[in-house]
Amino acid sequence: MARVWLFGSDVNTDQIVPGRYAPYMLKDESELRRYPFIEHRPDFAPNVRPGDIIVAGKNFGCGSSREYAPLALRMVGIGAIIAPLFARIFFRNALNLGIPCFTADLTGELADGDEVELDLEQGHITTADGRVIHLPPPPLFLREVWAAGGIVPFYRQYGRFPGEVVQ
Amino acid sequence: MPTMSEQILSRVAGRPVRAGDVVTANVDLVMVHDSLAPGIIRILHNELGADRVWDAQRVAVVIDHVAPAASVQTAEKQQEVRRWVRAQGIPNLFDVGRGISHPVLVEEGLAQPGMLILGSDSHSTAYGCIGAFGTGMGSTDIALALATGKTWLRVPETIVVRAHGTFGFGVGPKDLALRAARILRADGATYAAIEWHGVEHLSVMERMTLATLSIEMGAKAGIVPPTGLSVTGPLVPTVDADAQYQKVVDIDLSQLEPQISAPHYVDNVVDLSDLGQVAVDVVYLGTCTNGHYEDMAVAAQILAGRRLAPGVRMIVVPASAQALQRAASDGTLATLLAAGATIGTPGCGACIGRHMGVLAPGEVCVFTGNRNFRGRMGSPEAQIYLASPAVAAATALTGYLTDPRTVMDRNPVVAH
Repeated sequence: MARVWLFGSDVNTDQIVPGRYAPYMLKDESELRRYPFIEHRPDFAPNVRPGDIIVAGKNFGCGSSREYAPLALRMVGIGAIIAPLFARIFFRNALNLGIPCFTADLTGELADGDEVELDLEQGHITTADGRVIHLPPPPLFLREVWAAGGIVPFYRQYGRFPGEVVQ
Repeated sequence: MPTMSEQILSRVAGRPVRAGDVVTANVDLVMVHDSLAPGIIRILHNELGADRVWDAQRVAVVIDHVAPAASVQTAEKQQEVRRWVRAQGIPNLFDVGRGISHPVLVEEGLAQPGMLILGSDSHSTAYGCIGAFGTGMGSTDIALALATGKTWLRVPETIVVRAHGTFGFGVGPKDLALRAARILRADGATYAAIEWHGVEHLSVMERMTLATLSIEMGAKAGIVPPTGLSVTGPLVPTVDADAQYQKVVDIDLSQLEPQISAPHYVDNVVDLSDLGQVAVDVVYLGTCTNGHYEDMAVAAQILAGRRLAPGVRMIVVPASAQALQRAASDGTLATLLAAGATIGTPGCGACIGRHMGVLAPGEVCVFTGNRNFRGRMGSPEAQIYLASPAVAAATALTGYLTDPRTVMDRNPVVAH
């Protein structure tokens, strides 16, 4: 089972990892795993489990280009992020790191602390009371990157960028 | 007919492209800054297995985010970056004190109209001030571009912010940009580009105020047509009368009031006159948005012959060494110092809350920068109000958020 962590709209990357907790500022960069939402939601990092999902309002990840924001979420094993709109740079960074992101508004359907099953293959969530919520599939070129495990393995495997037409 | 983004991205994709196309494009310039360089270098060598950057001439490395170093860790990481730059034969290293990447690359002539410029910094939309398609990306995308000279992009739709008339007394480009954020909101231009029309009367760095704040509406790029500038580049984008736009926002500059972005979201914008009395501890003038020579000059005009209000600290961090030198040579700097302001090393300053004036719990700061997110400049219990340099200087005189028109001389004697 995966726990739902519910967030509001316009969650910015300073809220995910403040600039003061960047790898640049740390003696030991592996400490980053202790810092997602360190100030915005201090109960997150100590309690999050691998596979848990973030359900948020619109414009998730707005603000800076810092890849260490989604990297911190990957370090704690976030299974997916679901929001009706992602900020552009955050979405690219999450895709590049292989974190599944679904564009859907589930803030009214799921509550913080809900225990659900996430089926990435089928693209749906099953709630504890048996409701099945279908997640809209991302465009093909994004699914390809995700399937490869991120942009670096994708590039190493195919020698090209997503969306590029190879004749 | 094409938008400016379509014109530029068609050039770098090597074929005519339209909004919605997903393209692989040749990158003209890649900017890397100290904050993320160590991680980017690691991805480049360890994950991508690349020994060399694709073209050392097309890479610029800037030490601006923690400059000068504030701790042994940051000093060591900067040392590692300098060694790497030498080993790669990268000619364009801009070290501590040269300034913030965005104005520096424009001043150095590295950023040019018609270029596709990627930066490891979200405010890389700044390069739109001279008609480039500048966009911020994360470390992995930047490392891939360094390895291959290419990136992939979805060609954005375009939203036009069209300014009419000229600014009234005490009102300027920051008020225009905050007004646009008030209308479009923080996500209003997500996945789109913003074109700023009707602003050819602004200087390059005033245009940078608009271009940098474009990301605060979610934009992929924020482009000002390079009309009236003496800059050349691989392509001079122009506004096409028949271009297809997603949306047009009209703003009458002559009717614009001083705008304030109140804590803790950039799009939480109000007219200054709608706020009650807000007592301020710190006035912070700096950043790629409003730390330019023009911004210091506006502040000096207001502060000339006056002193900061008791209990107010004013920190000025010039956006670049050139801006600082110009301010030093024409008396602007002396005026700011005589009023009681102090000066920091050109660079990002406390914009990321790491050094050079971070805020304590409960402190209130009026900031000429671009983000007022909770905790951005230090304590999450501090309050940040984004404002123009004129509002910042007027506030420094009174100790509370102040309309510059109430303290400004309408007919100042301009010494320079």
